[in-house]
Amino acid sequence: MFDFLSDYDNPTLLGAFWMTVKLTFFSGIGSLVWGTVLAAMRVSPVPLMRGFGTAYVNIVRNIPLTVIILFCSLGLADIFHVTLGASDFKIQGFRLAILGFTAYTAAFVCEAVRSGINTVPMGQAEAARAIGLNFTQTLRLIVLPQAFRAVIGPLANVLIALTKNTTVAAAIGVAEAAYLMKEMIENEAQTLLIGAVFAFGFVVLTLPTGLILGWLSKRLAVKR
Amino acid sequence: MSSVLYDTPGPRAKRRNVILSVVFFALLLLLAWWVWTALDDKGQLEWSLWKPFTQSETWTTYLLPGLGETLKAAALAMIIALPLGAVFGIARLSDHRWVRGVAGTVVEFFRSIPVLLLMLFANEVYARSTDVGTENRPLYAVVTGLVLYNAAVLAEIVRAGILALPKGQTEAAQAIGLRKGQTMALILLPQAVTAMLPAIVSQLVVIVKDTALGGVMIGFTELLSERATLAANYANVIQSFVVVAIIYIIVNFLLTSFASWLEKRLRRSKKSTGAVLGATDMEEMNPAAVGGTFGTGGEGGGPGGFTFSKKP
Repeated sequence: MFDFLSDYDNPTLLGAFWMTVKLTFFSGIGSLVWGTVLAAMRVSPVPLMRGFGTAYVNIVRNIPLTVIILFCSLGLADIFHVTLGASDFKIQGFRLAILGFTAYTAAFVCEAVRSGINTVPMGQAEAARAIGLNFTQTLRLIVLPQAFRAVIGPLANVLIALTKNTTVAAAIGVAEAAYLMKEMIENEAQTLLIGAVFAFGFVVLTLPTGLILGWLSKRLAVKR
Repeated sequence: MSSVLYDTPGPRAKRRNVILSVVFFALLLLLAWWVWTALDDKGQLEWSLWKPFTQSETWTTYLLPGLGETLKAAALAMIIALPLGAVFGIARLSDHRWVRGVAGTVVEFFRSIPVLLLMLFANEVYARSTDVGTENRPLYAVVTGLVLYNAAVLAEIVRAGILALPKGQTEAAQAIGLRKGQTMALILLPQAVTAMLPAIVSQLVVIVKDTALGGVMIGFTELLSERATLAANYANVIQSFVVVAIIYIIVNFLLTSFASWLEKRLRRSKKSTGAVLGATDMEEMNPAAVGGTFGTGGEGGGPGGFTFSKKP
């Protein structure tokens, strides 16, 4: 019944899901870094930086991810020859996809981190300043520890959404789960079975992440 | 200033801010200049490539029909998903454990699967086991995928909307002798729908964005795939991407603005109970747009979170 699964070796089923995991991992790290930088801009005292952060988030959030990913491939790679140091077409697609996912997901990470900073009551920072802590000390010792504990939940949501969003990379030929599913479903007769296999794969990837990080966010939440 | 991070700036801070502004402005200018020269190097700034967008045929042949299909699919998906989502949202609040369990499993299942897989699957099922014509199949598949996924998300919105109502509403309804079904239909749901409106409108943004998947993966002739036809015709890939992105930004920005206007209005009105589910509450449930996720944020209840029954 599951014979067809072994007929595919480029990629194999596990290989395709491994690609999904890799895309999620690298884009996750990238968007965490870029998103935190954006969040720092959005809460900074410099109006121009705040404006840039706000504009970036509002623009990027309203563009479909598919448009961004396709642009990375058809625009950046084909016309501007942005290869990101890749030697062959496959690696190039992989890296461009990560670039696109990072640019997109960072907007959501930014919003999550910013909302975390906003959960810290004003009085805390005022108290910190009252006992003579300076800006960096306030940020490092008082605000950020509480903010990061508050955003585990929202960031978990972003991570799960990113996992599912990586399927869009199939649009530029990155051989991940959705790519393999499209191929299989067109060639094999067992549509329902194939659908179930891939659905199961994503449930396995996303459900534990949601449960573990949800549990963690409840445990670490600052009780007020 | 309303930030926890800094005080109202004094003279030194003001000076520092000015310096930072100037440096950042210079960096932005540098970036803009770099993009401009890169475009110029590849001859992407030539007027002939941008000119098609000033001609009405471009819009009437490609962009507007594409946008029409996008909006049609989004509207259909929302209209079908809304009642479905309401049913599942209410079922998740049922007093009967098995109803709660089944509804919860269905909702969590469809929320954890990428909408693209649902579309691919629906497309193939329509091709094999129904007589939906080839020209209609992509639309059907896109709408089916969007409905399955968004009904699950809307179920969570409905659940959160009902849970956000004050407990006294149910108690009062019981006190005047209404049955469970009556309480839901006459008291809770009408109020919850009002509270949910902003969240529902902002979910439309997610749906509009997701239609683009259908264009690339299963040949739905929406805005993004019309872009490809257009670019093939005029050889203006970059330009068509820019214009199409701007169209998406405008449409979604209008929807977002409408949602937040609605939210403000509802929060202000005295009739409501104060429970309003806005776009930000929504993000807890459904953040990064192409896909949504579990309501792990705050008190919304995690996967299989809390239920409506008031047994101790």
